[in-house]
Amino acid sequence: MLGRLTWAAIPFNEPLPLLSGAVVVIVILAILALVTGKGWWPYLWREWITSVDHKRIGVMYVALGLVMLLRGFADAIMMRTQQAIAIGDAQGYLPPDHYNQIFSAHGVIMIFFVAMPLVIGLMNFVVPLQLGVRDVAFPRLNSVSFWLTASGVLLVNLSLVIGNFARTSWWNYPPLSELAFSPDVGVDYYLWSLQISGIGTLLTGVNFVTTILKLRAPGMTYFRMPVFCWTTLCTNMMIVAVFPILTATFAMLLLDRYLGMHFFTNDGGGNPMMYVNLFWAWGHPEVYILVLPAFGVYSEVIATFSGKGLFSYRSMVLATFGICILSMMVWLHHFFTMGAGANVNAVFGIMSSIISIPTGVKIFNWLFTMYRGRVVFTTPVLYTVGFMVTFVIGGLTGVLLAVPPVDFVVHNSAFLVAHFHNVIIGAVVFGAFAGYNYWFPKVFGFTLDERLGKASFWCWLVGFYLAFTPLYVLGLMGMTRRLQHIADPSWRPWLLVAELGAVVILAGILCQIAQIYVSIRTRKSRLDLTGDPWNGRTLEWATSSPPPAYNFATLPQVQSIDAFWDMKRRGASSIETHYETIEMPRNSSVGFVTAFFAVMTGFACIWHIWWMAIVGLLAAAVIMLVAGWSDEREREIPAAEIATLEARSGRRQPA
Amino acid sequence: MRNARRIVSLLGFTTLGGCSEGILDPRGPIASAQRLLLINSTEIMLVVVIPVILATLGFAWWYRSSNTRASRSDSENYEGRIEFVTWSIPALIVILLGGVIWISSHELDPRTPIAGKGDPLRVEVVALDWKWLFIYPDQGIAAVNELVIPAGTPVSFQITSATVMNSFFIPQLGSQVYAMGGMATHLNLLADAPGEFTGFSAMFSGDGFSDMLFVAKAVPAADFETWIKGVRGIGSPLDAEAYAELAKPSTAVSPKTFGSVRADLFEHIIDQTKSGAGHASTGAAWCRPVKQAGG
Repeated sequence: MLGRLTWAAIPFNEPLPLLSGAVVVIVILAILALVTGKGWWPYLWREWITSVDHKRIGVMYVALGLVMLLRGFADAIMMRTQQAIAIGDAQGYLPPDHYNQIFSAHGVIMIFFVAMPLVIGLMNFVVPLQLGVRDVAFPRLNSVSFWLTASGVLLVNLSLVIGNFARTSWWNYPPLSELAFSPDVGVDYYLWSLQISGIGTLLTGVNFVTTILKLRAPGMTYFRMPVFCWTTLCTNMMIVAVFPILTATFAMLLLDRYLGMHFFTNDGGGNPMMYVNLFWAWGHPEVYILVLPAFGVYSEVIATFSGKGLFSYRSMVLATFGICILSMMVWLHHFFTMGAGANVNAVFGIMSSIISIPTGVKIFNWLFTMYRGRVVFTTPVLYTVGFMVTFVIGGLTGVLLAVPPVDFVVHNSAFLVAHFHNVIIGAVVFGAFAGYNYWFPKVFGFTLDERLGKASFWCWLVGFYLAFTPLYVLGLMGMTRRLQHIADPSWRPWLLVAELGAVVILAGILCQIAQIYVSIRTRKSRLDLTGDPWNGRTLEWATSSPPPAYNFATLPQVQSIDAFWDMKRRGASSIETHYETIEMPRNSSVGFVTAFFAVMTGFACIWHIWWMAIVGLLAAAVIMLVAGWSDEREREIPAAEIATLEARSGRRQPA
Repeated sequence: MRNARRIVSLLGFTTLGGCSEGILDPRGPIASAQRLLLINSTEIMLVVVIPVILATLGFAWWYRSSNTRASRSDSENYEGRIEFVTWSIPALIVILLGGVIWISSHELDPRTPIAGKGDPLRVEVVALDWKWLFIYPDQGIAAVNELVIPAGTPVSFQITSATVMNSFFIPQLGSQVYAMGGMATHLNLLADAPGEFTGFSAMFSGDGFSDMLFVAKAVPAADFETWIKGVRGIGSPLDAEAYAELAKPSTAVSPKTFGSVRADLFEHIIDQTKSGAGHASTGAAWCRPVKQAGG
């Protein structure tokens, strides 16, 4: 009846996982009780859960990413602590069985459920506004995407309490991830949560490519789009190109595990090297899927706060496309040490270093944007400058890793760990935080506290260098990654500094939590009434903060790059007095309900509860079909109502 | 302040300059060449990276909004010449580095035999859960977690795994190469002088991974012969039974030697892994795992 699910799945005998699981369960129950007690369910259902508004979905993505950041960071600080104490004879507090789950979960969560939701959330909120339109191309599909991502998150966190997570690292390389070596449910949790959320991501890709190609305000030609829209376009084209690879690869591994096939096994003609190739054929573009939107954020931030247009827009677009295409031709640099010949390694090494050309150009363009500008040091600018300095160091070590014979000695070392944290934290996370601080007033109508924002920036920056500079050194000293236990006591000082770095980052996170709290408390004094708190350049600042459901009462007429700047310069009023009826998509519960059945199917497959898997799959299919045939998708907002809403928003025309 | 500087330089010196292990303290020609390559490539890139960092901080500071002495402009200040330069600088660096990559990839290909006096010593390496088996096919002996090689003689490794992927790595001697089931990879290394170096798996391979360490001892040629004789004389044989016992998962295994070994054990292990007959069998297709390691 319940497959292989028994009471043994709950870790009663292991205090640490049980405790952390219990805390999560209690927190969730407390939140549910609060929501029920306050009677917030109808509001939540109506305004958020079934909302197909790109702004609401964007906010939910970012919230999901930030919550999971806490989880991923908890894993990180546990790992750092284990490595700081399990040296020599000491074995630390985490046995291999548990430690291996933690570093695997850390990687999976940080990439798939923190970085991805953060950048997709920003894209969701910002891109339709920047394009001057009212929603994405497929609003309801957007909701499905979000809820499928949330399903993956739910499954990963379920593994805390029921069963266990993968102990195979975030790559999940076979043959270690095959049934012969990982017979328990950990790898299945990994595979099903990523399969389900992967479908959501693919749908996001389709949605945004269509939106940018087909839905733009009148006059918004391609070469008038803000750079953030360009980077979003490239990112989503890459999602459409490479996420199917990941899905197919995981499907093959699932067939190995569930039907005894031999795609990636040692025996039966299987080939684990194929998995490694396929995984990185997705995995390397994935890095750029994450970082390109961040580059877009920096471009917007640096132009706005320098008070002048981005230097060499054309180069920026070209460089973005260059990165997009090149990133799909370099995957082999993740395994130069597999034993391919010198020619293959050299070609992929050179291709990898070529990516540094467009990336370098971008750095120069941001640099020259500041030149003769009027740089205002807000929190987003601090993140941008911090990024530029940090990222070139990460780029340097990245190109070092692209030199095959150098990679032969630092591959899989702490040096590599330091490198990719250098670029992921230094570029993606800083970019997400810059965007978060930059667009927050647009989202909620009040600005964030700058003092705490800056404090959190400094903690993150200093914490990053403290945590990862030692890892560069340790990598050169011969420390490999994923060690549960460290034999060489001479590494201890460096590991302690790295631990200190993690604590400083924790302080940064606490500052961010305090920043939200303080900003909400003092929101009355920090209201953004103009809709344009930063003297912005792009169309998202042309509407009120927060924007109405329909974004723009009348669609803006775009005449140049930096459309809003141009409007302000020309003195063109963006406030109209004559309105027409607007059609907006209706709320839909399809996303939420589909996700419910997706979780059910995933959970059932993980535990081999076949009847439940069939029920879940059928139900999800039926819902998608019914939804597909339903006609009534739009609601109309009458002109009179728009006039009232616009008057109430009380937006003042910026001088 | 002076004290602080002294501490920093001391730390830097003892751990980076004079550390006893790691890739900055090479003990063979491959590792030396790789360290040189690491340093040279870094220097080539620093030529750009340092000015960019300084310019970023400098521009951000000088053009801060409160600086009354800075010249301002609201327009983009676009200039084709600057654009040309921004593309040229990274391109030139990459052209230079591309040459370095091409040449060094060929010169330091792990498969290329190292020129040295006499024939290379052949060693067959098998990654097991979670220890290393070294077979000396020409000497007819084997050792676990202990690799003894003659200093100054090139060593030609053939590497496989009887289990999941691992990576065979002795940082002070240079290049690592993956150990993968059902196939052999190749690696050539050389130790310049006698010494003891740490080796390990550089690819996560499961619960016992952290302690999958071995010691690589480079000894004078004469001592190597003595060691071979000593092992061949007294060690127990590595027969089918002993191998089956050895292949069972175990962690932090102490070094051990075998006085004799079947000549084709390495090929046999590859075949066995490929056919699923050995430890690496995936079991019957529709079978559920016997033991559910829940929790």
